[in-house]
Amino acid sequence: MMGFQVVLLWSDMLIWLLVVAGIGVGVLVAKTPPLLAAWRRVGADRVGMAAATVLLAFIAIGLLDSLHYRVQLDGKPGQKASYAVEVLSVLDALAAPLRLRNEKTYSAPFATRLYAKETIDLPGGETLRDYPRLKHGGSHLGEREDAVAADAGLTAFRAGVLALLAWAALAAGAAALVQRGPAAVDASGWQKIWRRETAFAWDAVLLTVGLMLLVVVPLFWLAGQYHVFGTDKVGQDVLYQVLKSVRTGLIIGLVTTLVMLPMAVLLGIVAGYFRGWMDDVIQYIYTVLNSIPGVLLIAAAVLMMQVVIDTHPQWFSTAAERADLRLLALCFILGITSWTGLCRLLRGETLKLRELEYIQAAQAFGVSSWRIIVRHILPNLMHIVIIALVMDFSGLVLAEAVLSYVGIGVDPTMISFGTMINSARMELGREPVVWWSLAAAFTAMFILVLAANLFADAVRDAFDPRAA
Amino acid sequence: MLQVTNLRLGFASGKKMLVAVDGISFVISKGETFALLGESGCGKSATAQGIMRLLPAAGRITDGSVRLEGTELLTLAEADMRQVRGARIAMIFQEPATSLNPVLTVGMQIGEVLDLHCGLRGEPARQRMLELLRQVGIADPERRLDEYPFQFSGGMKQRVMIAIALAGEPDLLIADEPTTALDVTVQAQILDLLAQLQRERGMGMLLITHDLGVVAKMAHRIGVMYAGELVEVASREEFFSRPQHPYTQALFAALPEVSRRGMALTTIPGQVPSLAAMPASCRFADRCTHVMPVCREISPDWRGVAASHTLRCHWSGSTAVVANHTPRMGLGHLMPEMAPFLDVVDLKVHFPIRRGVLQRTVGQVLAVDGVSLAISAGRTLALVGESGCGKTTVGKALLQLVKPTAGSVRLGGSELVGMQGKRLRAARRHMQMVFQDPFASLNPRLRVGEIIAEGMSALGLESDAAAQGRAVAALLKQVGLPDEAAGRYPHEFSGGQRQRIAIARALAVQPELLICDEPTSALDVSVQAQILNLLKKLQEELGVAYLFITHNFAVVEYLANDVAVMYLGRIVERGGAEEVLRSPKHPYTQALLSAVPVPRLDAHSAAIRLPGETPSPANPPAGCHFHPRCPLAIDVCRQRYPETSEISATHTVNCHLAR
Repeated sequence: MMGFQVVLLWSDMLIWLLVVAGIGVGVLVAKTPPLLAAWRRVGADRVGMAAATVLLAFIAIGLLDSLHYRVQLDGKPGQKASYAVEVLSVLDALAAPLRLRNEKTYSAPFATRLYAKETIDLPGGETLRDYPRLKHGGSHLGEREDAVAADAGLTAFRAGVLALLAWAALAAGAAALVQRGPAAVDASGWQKIWRRETAFAWDAVLLTVGLMLLVVVPLFWLAGQYHVFGTDKVGQDVLYQVLKSVRTGLIIGLVTTLVMLPMAVLLGIVAGYFRGWMDDVIQYIYTVLNSIPGVLLIAAAVLMMQVVIDTHPQWFSTAAERADLRLLALCFILGITSWTGLCRLLRGETLKLRELEYIQAAQAFGVSSWRIIVRHILPNLMHIVIIALVMDFSGLVLAEAVLSYVGIGVDPTMISFGTMINSARMELGREPVVWWSLAAAFTAMFILVLAANLFADAVRDAFDPRAA
Repeated sequence: MLQVTNLRLGFASGKKMLVAVDGISFVISKGETFALLGESGCGKSATAQGIMRLLPAAGRITDGSVRLEGTELLTLAEADMRQVRGARIAMIFQEPATSLNPVLTVGMQIGEVLDLHCGLRGEPARQRMLELLRQVGIADPERRLDEYPFQFSGGMKQRVMIAIALAGEPDLLIADEPTTALDVTVQAQILDLLAQLQRERGMGMLLITHDLGVVAKMAHRIGVMYAGELVEVASREEFFSRPQHPYTQALFAALPEVSRRGMALTTIPGQVPSLAAMPASCRFADRCTHVMPVCREISPDWRGVAASHTLRCHWSGSTAVVANHTPRMGLGHLMPEMAPFLDVVDLKVHFPIRRGVLQRTVGQVLAVDGVSLAISAGRTLALVGESGCGKTTVGKALLQLVKPTAGSVRLGGSELVGMQGKRLRAARRHMQMVFQDPFASLNPRLRVGEIIAEGMSALGLESDAAAQGRAVAALLKQVGLPDEAAGRYPHEFSGGQRQRIAIARALAVQPELLICDEPTSALDVSVQAQILNLLKKLQEELGVAYLFITHNFAVVEYLANDVAVMYLGRIVERGGAEEVLRSPKHPYTQALLSAVPVPRLDAHSAAIRLPGETPSPANPPAGCHFHPRCPLAIDVCRQRYPETSEISATHTVNCHLAR
């Protein structure tokens, strides 16, 4: 057993803090009946719950990718232990086959040969220009290169059967859970689920899980033998890149909202409640900020940050730490430039709330302004905050892709949807075209953002006081 | 002409169907006004929407037939139905402010109907529009036609709405609470207009209202609705002389009136059953004073008591109005007259109008312009006036929620104007406010207990939690709510219960003066009676003084010791309730009193109709503010504001004519 050293990156810390905060908020919600009722409405929304299931899968990948460590290098006993420069995550360890089985360059999905012709030395001293055989993709087939379809189909079928079995086990578990709950109607848990008699949208969750298992299990099974999404320019497996991109997207989406939220909420309420010169100052700030082209502002800030990072190499012991700092810097910059929308929304809502009679009643009692804000205004704005949070998430994931494409996003060594698309840009221009890198990044990001948007819709429906 | 038979409609909620209107039948003939009377939530508006087939998305018509001169409306294709709406049946709505499109001129909105249903366009259409506007009494129609809704006042907008409804020359007009959002003087104008138009054109009219006074003035026949059913149908004479159904009788008995001064009002216990839990028996059984065992088993059938009078009730007891066994209650005027507890002298609240880049003040809105009041402990002063006269601003300025521009507010000897910080907070203990809308005045995210305790914690009255809990429980008991209410949220309570919570919150700091800003105007008659009874009881028990801000004269007559009438930021007449209401001296007070629709047959002798509406307080007329609308105005009225003249020791009036 090799020794290892746990590496705690700043972004890891923030993301686990968020998980803890999420659990804390969950406990708080469970104690507040109106919030609980609203989340129950989310739980009853079929589309929303299906989206939440997909989102949870993405979050699980991201969390696995947020446990970092460095492997101990073989050294002579007695010497001070030294560790590898490369920082790995639990996801890297699980997906080791994907990470390590690199080819020389491009290869198409399920290919057994490279995508470019090379000169091959034949035993007789002759040379031949041909597509060379891949080192790993389909290597178990040996000479039977034309049997790919049959082999992959059979494997996929076997994996699919296994997935169905796993799903049946899960569904039985869910049915047992429903059965144990309060039984108003005399029916088995299984019947209740499919007759939609449960308060929670179990049928949608189970269907989504079933679909996901049917796709994911065969995919990973096959990924052990083939490059299912192909390989990129340096021969790295595209599926592995997609998995690694998930964490980057999640961090950009979550940490940025964390940065912008306190600012937007505080300034928005203060402007709306106190009005007068405070309102003027805050409005001027966000109007000015809004009128500077966003990309320009972000580019300037990111480039300055890059200069700082480059001139202080002694701060970082590994490349991962350097990339991580740049990622966080990007989050902060995005956060500082994107609070204005929510702030404006909250200011308007506060303006409306402060004229309501219960606020005036509190004023008539001489309740202090901050107490009014905390007790009366903030709780009545929470639905807007929650809706904005969930909706901003998808926007930020897309923003990262655009910024990385322009070259002012995350560190070029960090894998993200944006860097994948950026590197795929040139590949689209060559003939024959290399499409799989872009397609994989596009599909994964599309699913993530679509799930986030559908979930946001469900949350908005449940929290919008006018709809309830 | 219109024949509604066994109409049933409901709202889909999940897989269930909530029946809102359950098998109602009535007919309306040409030139007749049929009034649907009932409290909120009993299905009046749903019936009208059902007839027009304009139910919201969840609404379904499950049964019955609606025939307009023989044509079955419910089976008509939607395209044909569009020919019926506007051309044969027109509708006017409650809120004139939202029923006109703000970005289209009035002419375009009338023209749309003319184009659709009469095929008129261009010059003929314009002529017709001018004619319509003249018909509904809008002066200078040539200019008004090209104006936008925001340039019209509330009453004018309702007139335009009526003009639009008339444009298609309908046979039937459905008026859904057409005057509820309007002031009494304007309400009188609109009701007169509707009655006159109906006479001229021989239209049928379905009038939906909750106001017995409006019914008495307008209706030929009346149908009383309760919980989705018609319970009594009678002609106007029968209805007002011999109401039969216990619910109708209770509605009459719940009205505050001068004859009931000093007595508790009859209230209807309980609430309308919810749509989800309608009893299969008589729906009124649980709240009925004459309930019999049979009422709880069988739903009563229609039975006739006179030629034009039918009802659904098992009880056939005497027609005598509910016996006056109601206990006499505390009379405010039994309290000895003392030195005024609250003394307001020449209070002014001006709001600057700012314009331009530099936000320079270009004018002042004189919301309150020199108001003097005095309230003694344990008495009730009613501040009466139409909307926009500044009466709510007076209430807020007294509490220092709005900073007065000038004047003095002395509370128990200490001057409140200009008081700051801690001392103001301490002074606020003596004075609290109950607001108009019980739905907006309670924070939906706090428990009732927390809401009531807020004032105590803020003013540092009860610091430890246990004592606070006890105090909250005592307050809840005082306002007639169960103890366990403290742990629940406001949305679990009905409007009347919420108003009780608001009163409990105000009482929590033991104030000597309660400013009630239209506390019952958002409530139904039966609930209003409960709240008025509660306020009286509290005054008797605690000796609280009330400043009662209202536009409802019935409530004033019932409750007030003193009355002050406000017009455009100033008090025009002030005195004891008897003096002001029996022998009003100011022409405005006289007009207001005569415009109030009275729920009796014999009312309406020589009503004084005021032309126009209250002018803007940013730009009050020169001289006496009232002279442009005053039927008795003379030259001196146009030149200077009248001095205060004393009619008696307590009765003062500001009018040149009352000397």
